Amino acid sequence: MIEIKNLHKSYPMGKESLHVLKGLNLKIEEGEFVSIMGSSGSGKSTLLNIVGLLDVHDEGEYILDGELIENLNEKKAAVLRNKFLGFVFQSFNLINYKTALENVSMPLYYAGVGRKERQKIAMEYLEKVELGAWANHLPSELSGGQKQRVAIARALVTKPKVVLADEPTGALDSTTTDSVMDLLKDINNEGMTVFVITHEEEVAEQTKRIVRLKDGVIISDEKVNQKVKA
Amino acid sequence: MIKFLFDRDTWQEIYGSIRKNKLRTGITIIGVMWGIFLLVVLLGAARGMGNKFDTIFGDFATNSVFIWGQQTSMPFKGFQEGKQVQLKRSDVGKIESEIKGIEYILPRNISNGLVVNETKTLTTGVFGDYPLLDVLQKKHMVFGRFINDNDIEKNKKVCVIENDTYKQLFDKGVNPIGTYITINEISYQVVGLYKNKMRMGGPQGGIHIPFTTFQQIYNQADNIGWLMVTGSEGFEIRQMEEDIKLMLRNIHSIHPEDERAFGSFNMADQIAKVTGFLIGMQFLTWFVGIATLIAGVFAIGNILLITVKERTNEIGIRRALGAKPSEIRRQIILESIFLTTIAGVLGIIFGGLILMLINAAWGQGDDATLVNPTVDIPVIMIAFITLVTLGTLIGLIPAQRAVSIRPIEALREE
Repeated sequence: MIEIKNLHKSYPMGKESLHVLKGLNLKIEEGEFVSIMGSSGSGKSTLLNIVGLLDVHDEGEYILDGELIENLNEKKAAVLRNKFLGFVFQSFNLINYKTALENVSMPLYYAGVGRKERQKIAMEYLEKVELGAWANHLPSELSGGQKQRVAIARALVTKPKVVLADEPTGALDSTTTDSVMDLLKDINNEGMTVFVITHEEEVAEQTKRIVRLKDGVIISDEKVNQKVKA
Repeated sequence: MIKFLFDRDTWQEIYGSIRKNKLRTGITIIGVMWGIFLLVVLLGAARGMGNKFDTIFGDFATNSVFIWGQQTSMPFKGFQEGKQVQLKRSDVGKIESEIKGIEYILPRNISNGLVVNETKTLTTGVFGDYPLLDVLQKKHMVFGRFINDNDIEKNKKVCVIENDTYKQLFDKGVNPIGTYITINEISYQVVGLYKNKMRMGGPQGGIHIPFTTFQQIYNQADNIGWLMVTGSEGFEIRQMEEDIKLMLRNIHSIHPEDERAFGSFNMADQIAKVTGFLIGMQFLTWFVGIATLIAGVFAIGNILLITVKERTNEIGIRRALGAKPSEIRRQIILESIFLTTIAGVLGIIFGGLILMLINAAWGQGDDATLVNPTVDIPVIMIAFITLVTLGTLIGLIPAQRAVSIRPIEALREE
């Protein structure tokens, strides 16, 4: 599903340039539940941005769903993001003047789905994250956990190939963290590839594979034996 | 693009983002509205003023000149300078046969008279007039008629009085027709009362008696006070004025270059001044209106720029969710067009309402200050199209700014 070969990325910092990713190799198969662990500055956010087509790499290859990503212009990137990727952010990034339902249906709007169809699908996904009753509420009327569930519904609504979650639990307390992680697990169990970035061990441990990043290189890549929670 | 325009979602997006900045959007709309409002009202007022002048001049042959005798300023043929020049009845025929392009030529006389009606007395101008005066200076008769040919022929002792004179001689509401008044102790029957609409173009008001009666009573023989000449269409009244004066100098044995022997007053010159003033006012109106419009449109551009900056995060989210740059761009531009359109329509409506109010308050009746103050639909369309075009162009700036936001940076912004 995602294949990265010898990926390099550096940012210019004045005269110097900051080498953030130093030749990453990573292959994620369809249906995997992967977490990228690393402290801040390890390059994990940069990796997510490149995988999420929000940024471009300098060197190496990135293959998404069999398609080599190169010469990406903004328009092409927008279409690919809409089609292949679903985003979940730490700060939810819901549009605050739109209701939960409108937020969820927005990717469908950009995919060119008709209005009624859009609302129907969006409602299905809201119900899936158990927020059907909150469809007409604004984000400001929802709790943090509810907001993140709306964001997850939004990420799923276009039936993407990969869900990219950037510190999805970073702004949540431990109870809601668990409920959000449970939701991500459910999604993964239904066959969705889920790609989580986190610096919390407890979160990473709930995924099926942990890739540890340090100073722009992968230092470990191991499968996790799923512990059944007490 | 057409589908995009009629898409309900498009408008919902615009509504959503405008609702977010109600106050600022409102103030901006007022700015643009004010511009087009000013343009409409000022153009309407200018039109009203133009119409007012038109009605004034409408009563009046505009292509006309007044000529009267003064004193010579050059000695000629044995006469010393300072000779009093007197126009004669015979001059009229000579001018008529010599000068081309004369439509009407009308001699008039004036004298002061002590007018008495019962206990009321008044000293006013008494004119000796032909019926033709009614053609050259339309007399709006309130009662009765103007002097007619029969009066002239029979030297009748009848008179036509002007409204202001009437007010001073008669009690309010009294119908003067058929009553007798005395002018310099001679009795005249009142046959007509008219109302004057303008105060220019020679002596006004007073009392009109038949020209021939005037000649007889005031013992004027062949003397006339002044001449009124109108030119036919296609003839230059200024040239005719010069020609007539030159001819008159010849008839009266006055030095051909003696410019001061005959005085004259040319209506065309007066009207040109007024017309020039009106054109100047219209130009000023357009200038002020367009300048205000531009300022308003810039305010819209500015507000959208600020809005875009504030919505950086939102735009980033949209981009991450798959919004193409073109979709972001056209939405911002459409917002700009939408705001300018709303403002423009409101401005035109309010301007129209104000013009209606002005029309109701000052636009009707004989004493109207601004007659029928209106603005042409094509003029409004031009202003409106200009406004929307400017709105579109100015919308390009914030739109470009929005598109240049990279989603990754936008999302980082909290």
